[in-house]
Amino acid sequence: MRKLALSDKILLSVEKPARYIGNEMNMVVKDPEKVDIRFCMCFPDVYEIGMSHLGIQILYDMFNKREDTYCERVYSPWPDLDAIMRKEHIPLFSLESQQPVKQFDFLGITLQYEMCYTNILQVLDLSQIPLIATDRKEEDPIVIGGGPCAYNPEPLADFFDIFYIGEGETVYFELLDAYKELKTSGSYSRKAFLERAAQIEGLYVPQFYEAAYHEDGTLASFTPVNAHAKPVIKKQVVMELSDTFYPEKPLVPYIQVTQDRVVLEIQRGCIRGCRFCQAGMIYRPIRERDVEFLKDRAAKMLESTGQDEISLSSLSSSDYSQLKELVYFLIDEFGSRGVNISLPSLRIDAFALDVMSKVQDIKKSSLTFAPEAGSQRLRDVINKGLTEEVILKGSMDAFESGWNKVKFYFMLGLPTETFDDIEEIAKLCEKVAENYYTIPKDKRNGKVSITASTSFFVPKPFTPFQWVRMATSEEFKEKQQFLSSKFREQLNQKSMKYNWHEFDLTMLEGVLARGDRRLGKVILCAYQSGCMFDSWSEFFQFDKWMDAFSKNKIDPLFYTARERAKDELFPWDFIDAGVTKQFLWREYENARAEKVTPNCRQGCSGCGAFKYKGGVCIESKNAV
Amino acid sequence: MKVRMRFKKTGSMKFIGHLDLMRYFQKIFRKANLPVAYSQGFNPHQIMSFAAPLGVGLTSEGEYVDVEVTDIWDSDQALLRINACLNDEIQILQYGVLPDKTKPAMSVVAAADYLILLKEGSSLDPEDTSYSIEAFQKDFRAFYGQDSIEIEKKTKKSLKTVDIRPMILTYQNREGESVDGMPVVLMMRLSTGSSDNLKPALVLQAFYHYTGRTLSEDSFQVHRLDTYYNDEENGLCSLSAQGRCIS
Repeated sequence: MRKLALSDKILLSVEKPARYIGNEMNMVVKDPEKVDIRFCMCFPDVYEIGMSHLGIQILYDMFNKREDTYCERVYSPWPDLDAIMRKEHIPLFSLESQQPVKQFDFLGITLQYEMCYTNILQVLDLSQIPLIATDRKEEDPIVIGGGPCAYNPEPLADFFDIFYIGEGETVYFELLDAYKELKTSGSYSRKAFLERAAQIEGLYVPQFYEAAYHEDGTLASFTPVNAHAKPVIKKQVVMELSDTFYPEKPLVPYIQVTQDRVVLEIQRGCIRGCRFCQAGMIYRPIRERDVEFLKDRAAKMLESTGQDEISLSSLSSSDYSQLKELVYFLIDEFGSRGVNISLPSLRIDAFALDVMSKVQDIKKSSLTFAPEAGSQRLRDVINKGLTEEVILKGSMDAFESGWNKVKFYFMLGLPTETFDDIEEIAKLCEKVAENYYTIPKDKRNGKVSITASTSFFVPKPFTPFQWVRMATSEEFKEKQQFLSSKFREQLNQKSMKYNWHEFDLTMLEGVLARGDRRLGKVILCAYQSGCMFDSWSEFFQFDKWMDAFSKNKIDPLFYTARERAKDELFPWDFIDAGVTKQFLWREYENARAEKVTPNCRQGCSGCGAFKYKGGVCIESKNAV
Repeated sequence: MKVRMRFKKTGSMKFIGHLDLMRYFQKIFRKANLPVAYSQGFNPHQIMSFAAPLGVGLTSEGEYVDVEVTDIWDSDQALLRINACLNDEIQILQYGVLPDKTKPAMSVVAAADYLILLKEGSSLDPEDTSYSIEAFQKDFRAFYGQDSIEIEKKTKKSLKTVDIRPMILTYQNREGESVDGMPVVLMMRLSTGSSDNLKPALVLQAFYHYTGRTLSEDSFQVHRLDTYYNDEENGLCSLSAQGRCIS
């Protein structure tokens, strides 16, 4: 019988004990005694969120393909269990072997959003691993961070031994080989290994660097202080996505998780170049997976999991060149077997409506548009190519086919935004509603329902808006209240619902997104005063965060409400993410001039990603 | 066409709740390519029903699920193919075809047998470690001998007094038996189902209240042995008796 780390008594006293028992379908079982390397992969949030993440599934499969390595998983224990583990000094354990994380060689933590940073400290703390990297002893695991937030790892610099910049499929094996080599030759020491890691492309060892600051608080210099550390860290990218690791047998949880379906990543990157979007910049160039590869994986994954739903994943599915072939294949092959097909991020056009009418119940499903800004002027500023005409036509076509629910996503606080731009959000919703009622009563499907959601804009590193001033919480509040009042003025206001995001959380996200390593002590202080699960509104303690800032004499507004100078040295400038700072600045100027930049397939804008010699950058040269 | 499967749910799977178990079986049946019949509509679902949901924390070797199928498999083949997809803590023990017009298990369940097991390192009374299984059984005989056993049961609106004695159908001492290394303290047959339903934990609570001793529920593992329906001619029969083995 499998021995669990927690007693029956504890498991029966916490919410959802299945979060902690492992043994899910397709879990990899190996004898920990018989491998050279033990790697624990962590998503620092609750199980249901962590198990929905594709990246970990890919790396889990990839690591476990190596006979000498056993990759296991760990997620943040929910606060109920957290309290018990602290009280009873139970060390955090992996789900597979149920053994303490501190016995592992590596702890890899994925950094998907800023508001999980205190949970990283929770995981380290419960694992009984020193929180500060330089306090760790020889026997402590090497702690590695990767994922989108690693593109500005500086606020977390104190807590990690290594950051992995770029896509996980590329240099992990080189790192594991180096580890094994040092271990078997007997010349392993933590320092020797980190020096070795620092020489591998894409790996950043933060303790080998020092930052100096100007009197005004901005960064003066950022330099290596170890001979093995490189001044510039190059992002790692996979160029051949149809010839790399992709699981055939993904893990299937027992309890319902956020993304409870087979996920097929059809491409990586995006051609659109929306100026607020970090993913659209750091995953350049767009690279498609071969349609035959995808068909094969879809079949294998559905077979090995028994899942009844498959979802296509990408930043903009409509830009995948073989989309029609793939989608009709999935419908023909699996639709008859009761498998649902879900297609997020699809542009609403005739094809989309045809597909949606085949795979969804029109009465229950809704259309989704993400114009991000209400006015055409502001959409030009952010380079969002969606026009009002397209929205009106798309929604009208859908209404005529029987749909009556529309969801809109907008952002408030975009650069150059005026109150007129904000008012346009409500007006756009009104136009769509009025359009609906031009359809004769007997031909439409009851009342129209429009849901508009606004998030608050957070400027991110490696985007053309990395220089801009972010609005303050007070300004966000004013904008939101103004928009609420405008919605109430609309003729069809009863058909509209308006949701908005939390101000304070957004402010904190803004600080951490463009922060520097001085923020490490603030994060530590917030954690020590009890902050955890910050992205969960029931646990978010803004006051404690504010105390942590003031105790450490750091003004959060320095990081958010400040327009940065063109030549300011950013904490993340030592990373070469492909897109150049010159290109980003040029795009920022285009934004201010309300000038639209063509997408990668319409014309090359010289962003810098061409140097990888792949994806869309060479696509057109192969064609014709 | 309907088949009835008997299965066990043991080890760490006792922490999987009923709804999650249902979703797990749906995936397993798809994975095993079992020819399950689907309901009509935009979100078709597999037509299946479970006999009596098992509470989280309990183990069992007498669980049942009825599944509507479009084709009948040979029983041995079915066990082989489905069990290869399941983990080793949940396994199908029997697969039999049900005669037409057999009522769904859920609607006919009348009773279930439970083993009360003593967990390793636990004692029957944490405040009196000399309290033995024999002494427990002797006390239980007296407890069972009462004409009525009234307990307070919480309903959605109020507390009401219920006599549980008629729902304890019978019990047995099972000398020297054990499951997974845990000695059997007692076996009891309790009313189960939609009309009368008595949980083993309630009986233990009432019994400890009767003896004046301290109950530590964590000391016990409750294990369901089998589930029964009321047959007009033969009285209580195992649900497995209705399924006809196919070979």
